[in-house]
This record gives sequence, structure tokens and C-alpha cells, in this order.
Amino acid sequence: MGAPLNLFDVATRAMSAQLVRMNAAASNLANAGSVAGSADEAYRPLRPLFGSELDAASGLSTVRVAGVYRSDAAPVRLHEPDNPLADANGDVWSAPVDESAEMVEMMESARQYQNMVEALSTAKQLMLETMRMK
Amino acid sequence: MPNSTTAGGLFGIHGAALELRSQRLGLLTSNIANAATPGFKARDLDFRAALDARLGGASADRATQSATLFRVPVMPSLDGNTVELATEQAAFAENAVAYSASLSFVRGKVESLTRALRGE
Repeated sequence: MGAPLNLFDVATRAMSAQLVRMNAAASNLANAGSVAGSADEAYRPLRPLFGSELDAASGLSTVRVAGVYRSDAAPVRLHEPDNPLADANGDVWSAPVDESAEMVEMMESARQYQNMVEALSTAKQLMLETMRMK
Repeated sequence: MPNSTTAGGLFGIHGAALELRSQRLGLLTSNIANAATPGFKARDLDFRAALDARLGGASADRATQSATLFRVPVMPSLDGNTVELATEQAAFAENAVAYSASLSFVRGKVESLTRALRGE
């Protein structure tokens, strides 16, 4: 770790973490309804894992994306004998994406992002006011 | 020994208050940033205790450290996160206003001093 974190670093990292979360939700939504020829090949939803990181020098805690993992939800088996991807039984596996849950995830992460922008602009304004003091 | 941030100094209580308000701004921003982090425990500054410690001669860091407490959530959530956005945002707004107030007291002090120096 280099220099102690300041407020701007905290906000920037939190916003980046929300961006990862939003990208994951977008990937999941984009793959909703996609089918595969076997259960192993089916798309599994992506989920980011957040962890907090305390900077002892400044006492601030920021967010870090500890990793992006694939959810272990079971793909949905559909009987579609006409589908060229279907196996010997005429089954295909559809991605287990819950569209409404992903939409909620996206809205929540957008709200979080907005909160950080708001906090950042308030802090910036206060800092500028302090600096302009004659 | 009086200096610029203790009660006997130039800015009196307002210099110390401004410093601690800025520290609290950081703590509350950390809480808001970690609103979605599982297991994160929100922290806040007991402002009165911190200010008393600061005016009693402790350094700003020490005063903040001794008066930083964990927030008790209204309703604990399943993932162990104790950040409640409504509480944090209200505290953030209150802290920003109080910062501005302290700042204007400091500014007033500087202005009257400048006037005295100019002899207007």
C-alpha cells in the first residue's frame, strides 16, 4: 500500500466496485434465455463478491471486489426436440437467470453509484470552500 | 500549551470542531461506500467525546480513534452488514451542515483579525 487513502480514493473505489456489479448484472441479463446442449455448457449467472478494506493510516474503509464467481443455480431443462442444440432426449438447458432479480440488482447498484457521486460532490464542495477561505 | 486548534488558540473550539467534522465526513463516506459489503460494520464518531478529547490536548488522530464507535443497527440484516443508508445519509447531511457552520465561524474570526490588522 502506498500513501494513505483519502476521501476521493474511497469514493472512486466504491464506484468501480458498483461498476463491476452493474457489468455482471448486464452480462446476466444479456444471457437470459440462452440455451445450451448440456447442463455443463449452460450459462451460469455472474456474481461479484465485495469485501471492505480498512486503511489503518487514515481510518477510512473502502470497497474491493474480492472476486467474481459463478452462481451454482441449476440450469433449467427444457424439452425442445426441434432445437438443433438438443441432445438425444430432445432436451436443452436454459441459463438460470432471474430477470427481475437482475433488474433489482442493477437498480440498487445504480443507486449506490449515485450515493457515492453525491457524497463526493458534497465533500469536494466543502473542501473547496475551506481552500477559498481568505 | 495553547496552539491554533485548542481552546486557547486563535480559532478556539471551531478549529478543533472543523478538523473532527472532516474526520467524521470520511467515516460516513466509508459507511456509504460499504453499503453492499457483506459483514461490514458501520462506524461513527461520538462527536462530543472526540471534541472533549481534542480540547483536552489529544492529537486529532488520537481523539478520533478513542471516540470511534460501531453503529447499532435498527434492524440487523442477514449478511451481517450494519449500514442503514437512511441513517448514514442523514448523518452525512448533518455533518456537512455542521462543517459549513464551523467553517463560517473560522472565516469570521479570520476576517475580523484581518480588519484589525489593516486598522479599518
